[in-house]
Parts: sequence; structure tokens; C-alpha cells
Amino acid sequence: MPTGDALARLIREEGTRVLATLARVTGSIDLAEDAAQDAVVRALETWPRDGVPDNPRAWLLVTARRRAVDIIRREARRAGKEAEATMFAGAESDPPEVVRDDLLRLVFTCCHPALSLEAQVALALRTLGGLSTAEVARGLLVPEATMAKRLTRAKQKIAQAGIPYRVPPADQLPARLTGVATTIYLIFNEGYAAGAGADLVRVALTAEAVRLARLLAELMPDEPTALGLLALLLLHDARRGARLDGSGAQVLLADQDRARWDQEAIKEGVELVGRALRRTPDRPDGYAVQAAIAACHALAPSYAETNWDAVISWYDVLLALRDNPVVRLNRAVAVAERDGAPAALALVDGIGGLDSYPWWHATRAELLHRDGQPDAAKAAYERAIALGLSEPQVAHLRRRLADLPR
Amino acid sequence: MPKYVALIYSADVDWSQPEFAEVTKDYSEFGEAAAAVLRGGQVLYPTTSATTVRVSGGKGGDVVTTDGPYAETKEALTGFYIMECADLDEAVAVAAKIPAAWDGAVEVRPVLEFGA
Repeated sequence: MPTGDALARLIREEGTRVLATLARVTGSIDLAEDAAQDAVVRALETWPRDGVPDNPRAWLLVTARRRAVDIIRREARRAGKEAEATMFAGAESDPPEVVRDDLLRLVFTCCHPALSLEAQVALALRTLGGLSTAEVARGLLVPEATMAKRLTRAKQKIAQAGIPYRVPPADQLPARLTGVATTIYLIFNEGYAAGAGADLVRVALTAEAVRLARLLAELMPDEPTALGLLALLLLHDARRGARLDGSGAQVLLADQDRARWDQEAIKEGVELVGRALRRTPDRPDGYAVQAAIAACHALAPSYAETNWDAVISWYDVLLALRDNPVVRLNRAVAVAERDGAPAALALVDGIGGLDSYPWWHATRAELLHRDGQPDAAKAAYERAIALGLSEPQVAHLRRRLADLPR
Repeated sequence: MPKYVALIYSADVDWSQPEFAEVTKDYSEFGEAAAAVLRGGQVLYPTTSATTVRVSGGKGGDVVTTDGPYAETKEALTGFYIMECADLDEAVAVAAKIPAAWDGAVEVRPVLEFGA
């Protein structure tokens, strides 16, 4: 019998499935959430004492359904109406495909493009991730009351505007799946940007995003976007142990202790990149290509031994998919490693439209530094710092500024 | 089935003028193509013809009228459709075929039906 964390995880994951099914049979995410939450709390109380039931999901579903019926009756009484004695029967014996489809419906509804991106992120964490409203608020650095309001409004919009609870049809699937991936990727970045000393709930957002990406890849194992996203997150997350030094300062990729990278995550990530790319050789998925770049880094024994030709080629593929100044900037960084600073500087200076982007200035500063132009480098570091970055990032740039020859 | 209103925001012009005949034709084509879900709709005169009405000091107070629309915006409310659709996805798909969608914007709003 699972105990401790494993048991809590089992309850939480089955709780999400129960929520997904109840949302379908009751037609209300809000009601389903309330009822599923109640069942999860009861399971957390009784299972450690009485043992895990033979069919955990059925237990949770029966408990949650009872609660849902109670809520419906209570609200009907309050409104002075006769309660419909709907019992939502039968759902506990649903075959796995139905449960899978319910989860997908929930994923696509929480990440519906008619909801704002911040509402999608909040809903995904609350409803799919099973985090409490307080945890979601802390994770996203928003006051709890604001987060509660945001979640209520999002669920209200789903109900009032009639956002359907369904998996999009095939012709819309690629675009909608990209939307889901964007939401999960944003959650990952929130946690990744948290840095040292940050609230652990916030740091745990990376793990939460990996969990959601894994769920998506399990639900849609043939979709390159789902595979590519999971690969990308795993390969980034693999560097977690080496990203910060003892004092919590950020360590650049070039200086990271690669022995501390998570080899299991890298292995899984690299394998997933291959699967994602093989599915669409003619037009690879953007996440899969980004994951391929991350894989080049993950597989290099040292920064100096990185296969820069491969990295640059993948950036070319990414640019062919969607030309974007930030991708051009990252490509230029790889070119600097292969062809030297002057070649990269010419590329960086040729990218327009990034004057308000601190990393454009920071990259220029590094290249000017390397190229032996300390005055120009100093000006560029200062521009980058002035544009507003997080504390650890500013600290890093100040250190680099201090390294300049006088 | 739920109802939605598609509020059409586009150039603030007099659509009855012959120079807009082409656009008017596009709208009648849309109207025919979407006939199955359309439950009504109107084109409005430009906002120069609008009168905004307020009653000051509560119900029964003085009627104050101002010349012009409630809000001045770059694109103005120039018409609307009422649509009956299965869900928001269908309503959005229909709204995306209204010519203003690529020549302005269309706001889709669900209708609140009392006693439904």
C-alpha cells in the first residue's frame, strides 16, 4: 500500500480525474471542483488509517458525487426550487478511454483561448494541478483575494459564455494544443525564474509544469507538441541542481557543474525529442526544436565541447518555423562560440526591434567585452541593468561590469 | 440553445452610401451563409447621429442628453447580430466570418435569459 507522499500523490491525481468526470456529468467545473476537493480531503483523512480502497477512483467518485448532489439540493432549497434528483449514475465504472477523454476535456477547457493567459495559468494550477487557491496565489506572487477573484471570474466566464467542455475537433487541434503548451510552459518559467530564497511553492511550479506536460504527453502520445513540450521541460529541469551556486546566485550554462545534471531526466528528454521530431520530419514542432537545442547542451560533456554546428542548425530550423528577434539573438550567442565575437556582434547589431529588451544589451555587452571594447561594453551593461531585470540577474551583470578592464 | 450577440465594431461611416456597396454585399453574403444561426441583426447609423441619455439625480430626475456615443472609440459600434449557437466555439466561428472581423472587430457576448 502506498504511504506518505506516494499516497498523497495518488489521491491528488485520482482527484483530478474525478473532477474531470464530474465536470462532464454535472456541467459545472465549479461544482465538480468543490465536490472533488471534499472527496480528496476525506481520502487524505481516512485512507492512511483504513487502507486504500480496492478501486481508489470509484471511492473518490462516489464520495464526490454524493457531495455534488448535496450541494445541488442545498442550492435548490435556497432558491426555493425543487431539486432534480439527478444521481449522475454509472460514472464510476467508466472505461479508461472515457476517463482519459474527461481529463483532456478539462485540459482544453482550462486552456481555452477565450480565457486570458493569466486565467488559464491559474485554472490549470488550481483545477488540473489540484493546488489550493492560496498555493496558486503564492506561486504566482498574487494576493490570495485577487487570485480567488481571478479563478471565480474564469469559471464564471466558462459557464456564462458557454465555453464547451470538449476536446477540439481535428482541424483546430494543433492550434489549441499549442495554446495548452504555452500555458504549461508559462507555469514552468514562473518556477524557473523564482531563484534562490524564493517561496518553495513558487519553486515547485517547475515540477508542477513537468507533471502537467507529462499528463498531456500521456493523454496525446502521438502529438509532437505534447512530446516536444515534455522533452523541453525535462531537459531544462535537468540542470536544476547546477543552476544556482551556494549563495543562490545564478550560474551560467558555460560554468555549470555538469556532473550535477539529472541524467535520468536528460535520457528521457533526449528520447522524447527523437520521438517528437520523427513524427513530423517535414515541419517539426517548435517545442521539439527548442528541446533539440536543449538536448545538444545536455549531451555535451563540457561547454567548450558543445556541438555548435548542430545548435546553430536547430536555431535555423526554429527561425524557419517562426522568425523572431529573440531566437535570432540566441542563435547569435551560439555563433559567437563557433565563429568568435566579431561575427556574432555583427549579427546582434543587425537584429532590429530589441532596444527595450535587456538581454539584447546584455548579450552585446558580453560580446563587446570579449572583443576588447570595454567602454562600449560598459555602456551596454548599464543599458541592460537600467531596463529592469530580477535581482540575481542584475547582480550577475554587475559582476561582469566589475570584471571589465579599466 | 444559448444565444449570443455579435457586436460589430468598424469604421464609423454611413453604410447606406453607395461607396460601401461592396461591403454591404459581403454582409448580405454572410447573412445568407449564416442564416441557420442568425436570429436578427441591424446596421446602425454612424455615431454622429447618436444621442446619449442620462437622468440626473436618480429616477424621475432631469433628462440630460448629450450629442454623440457613450464612448468615443477608434472603431465604433456600427451594428449587431443575434445568433443562436451550441456554444462559444460555434459563436466564435460564426463571428469570424462577419466582414468586420478582419476590418475592425467583433465582440461576442452571451445573452442572459431570465427564467431560462
